[in-house]
Formats: sequence, structure tokens, C-alpha cells
Amino acid sequence: MTAQHSAGLWQLAWRRLRADRWAMAALAVVLAFLLTLLLSASGLIVADWEQEVAVSFAPPGWAAAAAGSGAGAPLNDTDALLRDNPFDPLADDLRALRSELGRPDGKASLPMYGVTDPLADDLAQLRAAHGAGGTTGATGARLATLPFGADKWGHDVLKKTVKGGETSVVVGLVAALLAVALGTLLGALAGYWGGVVDALLNGLYNIFTAIPSVLMILAVAAVLQQKGVLTIVLILGLTGWTGPYRLIRAEYLKHKGREYVLAADAIGASHWRKMFVHIFPNVSHVALVQLSILVVGFIKAEVVLSFLGFGVPVGVVSWGSMLNEAQNELILGRWWQLTAAALAMAVLVTAFSLLTDALRDALDPKVKF
Amino acid sequence: MLEIRDLRVSFRTDGKHMAEVVHGLSFSVAPRSTVALVGESGSGKSVSALAVMGLLPPESTSIGSGSSIRFDGRELLALDRSARRALCGRQIAMIFQDPMSSLNPVLTVGTQIGEVLRLHLGMSRAQARQRTLELLDEVGIPDAAHKIDSYPGQMSGGQQQRVMIAMAIACEPQLLIADEPTTALDVTIQQQIIELLARLQQRRDMAVLFITHDLGLVGQIADEVVVMRHGHVRETGAALDVLQQPQDEYTHALLRCRPVAGERPARLPVIGDELLNDGLERPVVPVLAKLAEAQAPASAPATLAVAPPQIGSVAENAPPLLVVNNLSKHYQIRQGWWRQREFRAVDDVSFTLARGQTLGVVGESGSGKTTVGLMLLRLLQASGGSVQFDGRDLLAMPASEFQAYRRRIQIVFQNPYASLNPRFTVAQILLEPLRIHAIGQNDAQRLAMAASLLDKVGLPASALQRYPHEFSGGQRQRIAIARCLTLQPEILVCDESVSALDVSVQAQVLNLLKDLQQELGLSYLFISHDLAVVQYMSDQVMVMQQGRVVEMAPADQLYRQPQQAYTRALLAAIPGHGHRLARGETATTKLS
Repeated sequence: MTAQHSAGLWQLAWRRLRADRWAMAALAVVLAFLLTLLLSASGLIVADWEQEVAVSFAPPGWAAAAAGSGAGAPLNDTDALLRDNPFDPLADDLRALRSELGRPDGKASLPMYGVTDPLADDLAQLRAAHGAGGTTGATGARLATLPFGADKWGHDVLKKTVKGGETSVVVGLVAALLAVALGTLLGALAGYWGGVVDALLNGLYNIFTAIPSVLMILAVAAVLQQKGVLTIVLILGLTGWTGPYRLIRAEYLKHKGREYVLAADAIGASHWRKMFVHIFPNVSHVALVQLSILVVGFIKAEVVLSFLGFGVPVGVVSWGSMLNEAQNELILGRWWQLTAAALAMAVLVTAFSLLTDALRDALDPKVKF
Repeated sequence: MLEIRDLRVSFRTDGKHMAEVVHGLSFSVAPRSTVALVGESGSGKSVSALAVMGLLPPESTSIGSGSSIRFDGRELLALDRSARRALCGRQIAMIFQDPMSSLNPVLTVGTQIGEVLRLHLGMSRAQARQRTLELLDEVGIPDAAHKIDSYPGQMSGGQQQRVMIAMAIACEPQLLIADEPTTALDVTIQQQIIELLARLQQRRDMAVLFITHDLGLVGQIADEVVVMRHGHVRETGAALDVLQQPQDEYTHALLRCRPVAGERPARLPVIGDELLNDGLERPVVPVLAKLAEAQAPASAPATLAVAPPQIGSVAENAPPLLVVNNLSKHYQIRQGWWRQREFRAVDDVSFTLARGQTLGVVGESGSGKTTVGLMLLRLLQASGGSVQFDGRDLLAMPASEFQAYRRRIQIVFQNPYASLNPRFTVAQILLEPLRIHAIGQNDAQRLAMAASLLDKVGLPASALQRYPHEFSGGQRQRIAIARCLTLQPEILVCDESVSALDVSVQAQVLNLLKDLQQELGLSYLFISHDLAVVQYMSDQVMVMQQGRVVEMAPADQLYRQPQQAYTRALLAAIPGHGHRLARGETATTKLS
């Protein structure tokens, strides 16, 4: 028997986690995401994501051929607009119209119902002044393809995804922390004290869960009255505490009668001490697992919120706002923005879920070897 | 009939490593005989029984290639799964330790027994019901026609175990394996179940493999005994021979280290001093000097006739430290919508405890003995009565004032696995009360105090940095005792403090408690269901039943001349009581 510092439960948990190959892979992915987030937040990478580096809707380089005819060469705006969309049910009609347009006498052939454009001359002058280059003239040569394509304004989708992840992951993490902290505190109070406190808090819980969650989120959004990352964090945090509350409350109910708590009582430990120094470390695995489950849920919720228009303000990019844009683009066959955001989200969420599962097993004080 | 040769069982500890827990067990069970497999926890006795039944999880265990389990000439280990299953249940049946968790709570007992009959014997529903009624009758369940439709939760523990036995004998097995069938039951119920098993065995010509940790039971039921320790067989032989003239040192020590009602040696013999070595495998376990040393005083036992006379007089002269008057705890149980019924968990209990004395409280489950202990420390709100401690009523004072009294009255709980916070190191556990009560100037000083306390309870100071799960049960109970001692209490409530421990460890802890009492002048309120242990520890004994005090008397007097029928029933139910008495007499005769 030596005076060695023996492995604590956290060390044991880490040892168990390390033995799990899937968990370690998931952890690596999550850490990579967090590292990217830190770098982009500090402006070391993708600070230039807003530069319009490519032509509008430049396809990914590796899929240029599949993306449509003429993608290889710089596109002319009209061409881009009028390109055939294989998914369009009106494609035949459009083609007929286009052949009409294509006649040598130009636009005059389109019937204007007798209305003449009053600005036609001014526009013609402006165009002439700008030169033949059209819209691409100002920034010089734009790229025809990008590694993962470009959006409507010609932003690099890859950089946009990294930048968007910054918002989404921060929202997910901070909101989940808030929700779990709130749920743990209220759950501990309800479970430990029981009686009136428990009844009141359960009432509050019932009110929160009785309202459909999207409605609840919209209601909080309406009260907060402003768009922003902080608002989303508050919305999700204030509506998401119910799950952890229920579980933590049950754990406290179970643990408050345990002998080690009675023993703490016998030596005169205060209620606060019993709740958070004695019991909490023994139920912390529940809170931790809830945290990781909520992170996943909230990243998805931010997407839904942004999609509904209650998300991040204009000018801030997130995976949610990317998906929001993507719904219009998809009709036009521009799938790459959707793919990039969805892929990033799926990888992170899957890795986080795997990590969560492994964490739950590793942290359960009942499992030991 | 059952023949086990060189059984070796290994467990997968983590991923790859296998640890052998049963090292070459060999014994046989003859038809119509009872073989007892005796050992402490971790001896591999239950694992061996599960191996016979084929119930070991195949993914985490493996049975050695040289092992053989033959039943009626057939090699069980060679059978495939379905053949094995058909055999088990029909010809070999098993009863488990805890009937509460072995019965399905959402099915009636009739359904559960009927299922066995229909599955194995192909009976129809009506036939099965008829047979179930007969079986319930046979195992002594009163009003079987009514009970057949009740759920396990509506029955008492003893009745549940009877149901389990009925289920086991339903297919008229040739071999019944009983794995600690009475450990979870009260001592009087235990007696009934043992008698039932013996009767059934006679009537049905079964062989019984009886697994237990209690050598006392062995003398009552077994023909042959196999004593196991750490997966090795220590001794095999006829029950009476082993009990009376144990050849093996371990068996010998095991027999001696349990307190025997009626004998009060100053110390109990213990098996080796295994501090921090428990669970380590040792091929030869030397019964250490302590045993030999203890045998000297034990050979001059303070038996009944030589009961220390000064005890009673001290109790009378010393001013009582704790005076409890009419302590009660009532619960309101709601019946229907409006009516309430009062349940008296503790009803009008009064006693006194003098400085340096031990008051034993004995009773079966539900007698309210633990409730009394908890109320003294205000861990449970009393409904009425007073607890005078040094002239002040503990129950009436405000919580802030009681904080100072907490230092003076402390409690050691039953289960050392539950009473230590698993997330605290031993140092944290011991320092916490010191910090709360501002004892000692700084943490360095407190740490020194903690280390000296550990030394006092027989643990090395290196234990400070470790977590409770790294210790064995006996060591944990020592830590729990050290935690109480940090506050230098005057009264220690020991609530079933040794009940969860193995016999040999129990002896160590009991000795420790006795030593501490002498050294520090502690008063104990010693609560236990085990009359022999209480009688060994106590000056006065209080017998409780259903919340009331049945009898209170000096320990020796209570043992010699029990006044109440209930006390007599309790005494009679101590396993091997008669046998022990005989042994006590031989010891005295040998002396003279």
C-alpha cells in the first residue's frame, strides 16, 4: 500500500471514454469544430467570407459538369437566368418563350401592352458607361467555380458555412448551458425540498410544457422584440429547461433519502451544502448528458428559428439562415449551399450524440471496473 | 447425483482480461441429501450455483475446459442451450436470495406458478390452477384459494419466499438449489422457511444444495458441508464433524468469530488482519496471531455463570446521559378519499442511556428500531416525546442550537456502501465535519487529526487520498466510524452497523467498537436485528416489536430468563441456537 494518488471518478470516466474508439472519434470531431469556431471568432480564418469572390451561384468545382451546361465559362446574367432547369414543370413553355425572345429583332418582339419603359434611355446610358463587362466589372475577374460553390452574391459557401457554424454552435452551447443550469437549479430545489416548493415548480413546469414549443418560442421572441444571437440564446434557454428539470428533480428525490445525505445531515451540513456539494456530484452525469443532448437540439432549433424568420438578424450568417436561403435556391437547382450547411450540421450533431452516449456510460457512478 | 469436478469459472474484468474466481471446485450431492456450500461474500459460492444452472452470462464469463458438471450421469456442460433449459427447471430448480426481486410484481402469484406448470408439464390452464392451489397449500400459505390471485406486493417477505419455493418444486425437481434463501428475511421467518425446506425434502426425496454465509444454519439443515473462500474449497465433510471439529483454520475461525448468544468474551476472534488486502487472492490464509491471542481469553469465556457483575451496578450509579421519554412517531395513512388511519411506527418508547454504556435495541424489520435512532439525531421529525441530553430536550430546541449538540451524538449507518459519498475522497469525508464545526485551526491541522483518527480505526494514512469504492465493506465501515469520531461524540448510534458485513469482518468491526468505547468512554445505542450480536455488545437490551418496547433487561438476564413470549421466540430462532449452547457447554466442560 503506497501513498499513490488513486484514480478519481473523473479519471476513471476518462479512462473508460478513452477505451471507446467511437467516442474518441466523436470527441475529435467535436474538438475540431470547436477549434474552427475559435479561429473564426478570433478572425484568424474566414474573416473575408463576405467578399464576393465568384460569380453568382458558381457551382462546386468537382461538380461543375453536373451542375449544368456552360458552367465552365464565365456566365452571362441572362444566360444564367434562362438556363434550363430540369426540375421545372414549365420547362417546355419557357423554352417556347425563349425561342420567341431569341429572334433577331430582340426585345421589341415581346408585347409590352403599349407601355414604354420611361427609364429605358437612362439604363442604356448607364450600361454604356459601365462598359461591356456588366456587373462583374467592378471587382475584376470573378471565379467560375469554387471548392464548394458560391451563393447568390458570390460568397464562398465553404467560408460561409464555417462562419455560420460560429453562430450556430455558440447558440447551441450557451443556450444549452443556460437551460441545464436553470433546470438543475429548479430541479434540485423541487426535489430536495418537496412539498410546496415542488408543487409550485411543477406548476411552472406544466405551464411551460403545456404550450406547444414553437408557439412558446414565438411568444418569447415576441416579448423580447429584437433579433440577435443573445435573443435566440434566451429564447432557447428559457424554454428548454423543462427536460433537465424533470430528470434532476427525480434524481434529487431519490438521493435525498440516501444514507450519505443522512450522514451529511448528522454531521451538521447545511441544506445548500447537501444539495450542491453532496448530491450534485452524484447526479452530475445526468446534467452533463442533458447538456449534450440539448446542444444538439438547440443547434437544430436555431436552424428552425432562422428558417421561420425569428433567428439571427440580416447580415449575420448561421446554418439556419443558410438553409433559409437554400429553399429558394433549390428550385433553381443550386443544391450546394443546402448541402454544405446540412452536412456540417449532421456531422456535428452525430458526433455530439455519439459523445453523449459514451459520456453517459463513462460517467455513471454505478458502472465500474 | 450431482457431481462437480474441477469447476473453474472466470469473469471478464475489462475487455480482454479474464480473472478466475472459482479455482477448481469439486464436490458431489447424493440423492436425498443436503449439501451446504458455505462462504463469505466473494467466495464464489453463488457463481458455482449459477454455473450448475447455466445462468452465467456467456459474454462475460467462461468455464474452464477441464471442468465437469454431471447430473444423473449426463454432462451438463456438453448439453446445448435448449436441452439445458429443459433440464433446469424440471429436474434442477433454484430459489434466489431476494423473493421481492425474483417475483414479477405485475403478475399474480397464481399466474407465475401456473406458467411453470404449463411450460414444463404441458398442463391446461385449469389443471395448472388446481395444481398451484395444492402447491401453495403444501408450502404453508394460509387461505391458498384466496392468495392465489394476489400480487407479490400484497404478500409478506416470508410468503413471497414460500411462493418462490412452490414455484421451484412445481415440477418435482430432483435437485433444489437454494441460494441464500433466508438472508433477506427476519430471523423468525427464516426459521419457518428452513423447517419448510427440510420438510419438503423429506416428503419429496429431493437433494438440496444449500448456499449460505451462515454456519449457524448449516448445523440445522445440512448433511455435508463445503466451506469455500476466495474460490477455493477450504474444507469438506459431514456437517457435524465440520462444525464440531473443524480441520481447517479458516472454518475454525469462521465458527468462532460470530458472537454466540450467551457467551461474552472480551474480544471476538478475527480472521487475519486483512487491512486493505481484502479481495486479494491468497492461496493459504494464515489465521494470524490475533486468533491465537484471542483464543487465550476465549478459552476462559465469560459465560453465563461468570457474567460480569459490575455492569448492572455501574448502570445504576452513573448519571444517565440520555433520557428518552415517550418517544413516538406516527404517520397518517390515507384510506379512501377522506378517512385517515394512524400508523404508529414508534409508540411510546422510553429508555435511558448512561455514559460509557451500551443499550442494545433488537427487533425484526418494521419494529421501529431504526426510526428511534434517526429521531434521536433529528434526522426524522418525532411526533411526540422528549429526548433529554444533559438535561436539555433535544427535540424541543431550535435547529441553530441543535447544531452544537450534533457534535455530541453521531450515527453509523447500516450500509457502508451507501453512507459514504462516492464522489468524495476519504480526506474530504473526514475533513468536512471538522470544517463545518470549525474544529482545528487550519486544514493542515485537520488533516493531521484525520490521519490520527484513521490510525485509530486501523487504516493507514495513505487511505486519505482514496475514494470509498476502493475499499472493502469492513474498511468503509471503519471510515464511517472515523467520520463520526471527528466530532468527538459522546453518544454513537450504531444502526445495524455490522449487518451488511461478512462474519469475519463483522467481528473486526465489533472489536473496534468495543476498543473505542473503552478508550473514549463512548455510549452506544446499538441497533440490530441480530440478537447474538446485540447481546454480545450491550449492557442493556431493549426488544422492540411493531413500534413498542416488548422487554428491557440487562443483556445476560434477557438471554437467561426472557420474560416475554416474543423474546423467547426470537432467541429460539437464532440459527444453531441449540447446537451453540451445546458447544458452549463443551467449552466450559473442557475448561473444568
